[in-house]
Amino acid sequence: MSDHSGPQGHASFEPRIVAFFCNWCTYTAADLAGTSRLRYPPNVRVVRIMCSGRFDPQFALSAFRDGADGVLIGGCHPGDCHYQEGNHKALRRFILLRMLAKQLGIEEERLRLEWIAASEGEKVQRVIAEMTEQVRRLGPLRLAPIPAPVERVGQLQEVGRAR
Amino acid sequence: MDLAEDLLSVVDRVDFVFFPVAMDFKKEDVENLGNGEIDVCFINGAIRTSEEEEMARLLRAKSQILIAYGSCSCLGGIPGLANLFPREEILQFNYLDGPSVVNPDAIVPKEETKVPEGEVELPSFHDDVKTLAQTVEVDYFLPGCPPPVILLKGALEAILEGNLPEKGQVLAPDIALCDECPRKTSKPERLRIDSFRRPHEILADPETCLLAQGLLCLGPVTRGGCGAACVSGNMPCTGCLGPVSRVRDYGGKAVSAIASLLDAENEEEIVRLLGDIVDPPGTFYRYGLPASLLHKRILQ
Repeated sequence: MSDHSGPQGHASFEPRIVAFFCNWCTYTAADLAGTSRLRYPPNVRVVRIMCSGRFDPQFALSAFRDGADGVLIGGCHPGDCHYQEGNHKALRRFILLRMLAKQLGIEEERLRLEWIAASEGEKVQRVIAEMTEQVRRLGPLRLAPIPAPVERVGQLQEVGRAR
Repeated sequence: MDLAEDLLSVVDRVDFVFFPVAMDFKKEDVENLGNGEIDVCFINGAIRTSEEEEMARLLRAKSQILIAYGSCSCLGGIPGLANLFPREEILQFNYLDGPSVVNPDAIVPKEETKVPEGEVELPSFHDDVKTLAQTVEVDYFLPGCPPPVILLKGALEAILEGNLPEKGQVLAPDIALCDECPRKTSKPERLRIDSFRRPHEILADPETCLLAQGLLCLGPVTRGGCGAACVSGNMPCTGCLGPVSRVRDYGGKAVSAIASLLDAENEEEIVRLLGDIVDPPGTFYRYGLPASLLHKRILQ
């Protein structure tokens, strides 16, 4: 938690990026980056989904609510989706999500969609490094807290004037 | 038509102890009740002022069962869209800068004002709009703008028969509106939107799925139970009953559903098509911004 306290752009801020990588392409590419010992910033937490089409915009909003500063989606190149058109849906959803998020105060750079094929380990390295730096420059995403209800007033305690 | 007359048979069997909009009750009538003396309380309206919060807390203490009634108390409602703006900007616009404001002495509401007779008070205006459940513990939810009479009747009957479900439930069907839509069978096998129309721009065919006609109907994302009232009036659903139980953020799910239907493959086409949606927050969070995951616009 403490690494989030730095002012915008301060070197002590470590962005937290949640990545949703499709099983067939991008996740495989990330594995390749690993076995190739390619070095990249450790700021990304990867969630494997079977297809980028599984990405529900709620995942991004939920990630932001839980403390993410950026969300990255990785899928197969158009035409190469293991399930034919899932990645096409992902693109459409992503664009509308980014539009909506921007109007809600989330900068565009905090949401990124990339087509990364299974052989593109180096692209995984580059994209993660780039996005980490971009989000670092933007600073932490500060959401308003969701108000919690006051505790239910105890049964024993009379509220207001007693009869 | 929405005849509420059949409510009268139910209403005959209850005793109102507080109903300020319809009967002459005062706040002290509530204060004088014992805790838990009210069997069931319906509260409508979102919470933005200290007065609303105080009434909510008071009624919560005095009631056995508290039901959030209407989209405002359940989800934040249309007033919840105020969460797109900072508090100061709202006051500034409405009392000073608005184009129809005439306020030469720049008088803005104050919580305490001295007048010759003494000091008068106004409730404080909170930083954001909250749902009822974000203010006090709520037992049941009956959304809708307004809640469909049939659902209210069902809720009252459940209360009188001691038949309420588990606490925390929404007292409406847990399935999307498309399921009960009279136009369901007209939905094409492959539904694709190639342009968005607003209701005033076309003469909508009264028998065909509205989404198929390019109207932004949120039926697929919205809880049913209203008998598809708006659609039956040839208007697209705007989402007033909020999400079903499997959805956490209505706007996010709406984005997912609507974007999936776009008849566009590359970024350029998609952006152009989406340009027809004039107000994404107002469209996808019309009733539910306070209840959403973001709760309000991020103001840095």
